[in-house]
Amino acid sequence: MDIKSPFNKFGQKVLLALCLSLIGTSVLATDLSHYLRPSEIPQPDNNRMTPERIELGKMLFFDPRLSGSNWISCATCHNPGLGWSDGLPTAIGHGQKILRRSTPTILNTAYQPLQLWDGRARSLEKQALGPIEDEGEMAQRLHKSEDRSHGLIDELNALKGYRDAFETAYPGEGITKKTIAKALSSFERTIVSTDAPFDRWIKGDKKAMSKSALRGFTLFEGKANCAKCHSNFNFTDNGFHNIGLEDATDAGRYAIRKVKILIGAFKTPTLRDIALTAPYMHNGAYTTLEEVIEHYNVGGISKENISPNIKKLNLSNSEKSDLVVFLKSLTGKPSPITYPMLPVE
Amino acid sequence: MKQKYLFNIMFIGLTMIFTTTAFSEEYVIDQHNKSFQLGGKKIEAITIKAGDTIRFKNEDPFFHNIFSLSDLKTFDLGSFPKGQSKTVTFDKAGLAEVECAIHPEMYMEVSVQ
Ligand SMILES: [Cu+2]
Repeated sequence: MDIKSPFNKFGQKVLLALCLSLIGTSVLATDLSHYLRPSEIPQPDNNRMTPERIELGKMLFFDPRLSGSNWISCATCHNPGLGWSDGLPTAIGHGQKILRRSTPTILNTAYQPLQLWDGRARSLEKQALGPIEDEGEMAQRLHKSEDRSHGLIDELNALKGYRDAFETAYPGEGITKKTIAKALSSFERTIVSTDAPFDRWIKGDKKAMSKSALRGFTLFEGKANCAKCHSNFNFTDNGFHNIGLEDATDAGRYAIRKVKILIGAFKTPTLRDIALTAPYMHNGAYTTLEEVIEHYNVGGISKENISPNIKKLNLSNSEKSDLVVFLKSLTGKPSPITYPMLPVE
Repeated sequence: MKQKYLFNIMFIGLTMIFTTTAFSEEYVIDQHNKSFQLGGKKIEAITIKAGDTIRFKNEDPFFHNIFSLSDLKTFDLGSFPKGQSKTVTFDKAGLAEVECAIHPEMYMEVSVQ
């Protein structure tokens, strides 16, 4: 083949240009497809979601009688009107006690393999009873004990409304630790993010994001290093990182797995509906997204055991504000919630 | 002549020792797309022989931190970036659970025979 002929050279150039443009498109397409919503909400085989299970879980979720004081429900801290969190730096539990970690949103927990800030629960079912029984949180007993004449299971069994609802949702299984956890999990799996401007843009609506938001997205994936951990549809790697907060008292994930890198490491939270879930971080250290960006811009406050992903970013003021605009484009319009009527007999 | 015969026996003996050593293999397990991969395929378990070595190589553009707290073999490779690797030799028979500290979804069992 005579590669010296001018036509061939021209042909090669065209081919090269074509290849480059094809590579360009495919890189763009594959790069962004991981941000698309998964086609289904993940759910375990032994607890498929049904309308009856979801409805029962919803009643339990909003029922303050699930707590020892009969005054705190799951929704007290996971308030649907406050991004399924409580708007507080750290949670307030039984007896008005201020707890040491912030209430994580339960939005999109269906997509998370591990639950809680330290990931100690391997499923929603395993997480559900934790706060109910925790002395600091809802301080409930499941069964009667030395200090209580009735446990939660007795209390629920005393109400026909609940007996019927459990029987319809989990025929023949009764009211047990397991069925309470399963029903709560079924309801929680329905709490998923709605389409935000970013999702509309990903799906092709080029006007859905402002120029500033688009610049913010480029920074998010590039210079600002955010996507290293806040990756994929739910904007989390489901991983654990010490991000250099000033908080020497909480060992975080290290309490669960004794590996050095996990001292002071916490689970990467979702960024979905982030505008609705201030304050931020596991200890509620920051009130605004601007403060969060500044934390990462300076490369964290405490350098002790800090993740190697965290480094000084040298962002300009306009870059910082672009990032905040982008983060806000991840917030959708949450679906309205109807408060359930709770059984009184 | 007798000396040469002796030398030959020694030579065979030495070769045998060397080949036994050479029998211990090195497996390269990549950390790719937040999973353990052997030859480009995701694995959740591997069977090796006592004395074999596993080279854990990071092929992701972010850090991994491979460790095991198993009774058989306790190690913490620390975190290292893309392209770097570290080795662990499994010298006793048994089962080791290997995980990534940063991404607990990454989990595999090493069964040593
Ligand atoms: Cu990892």
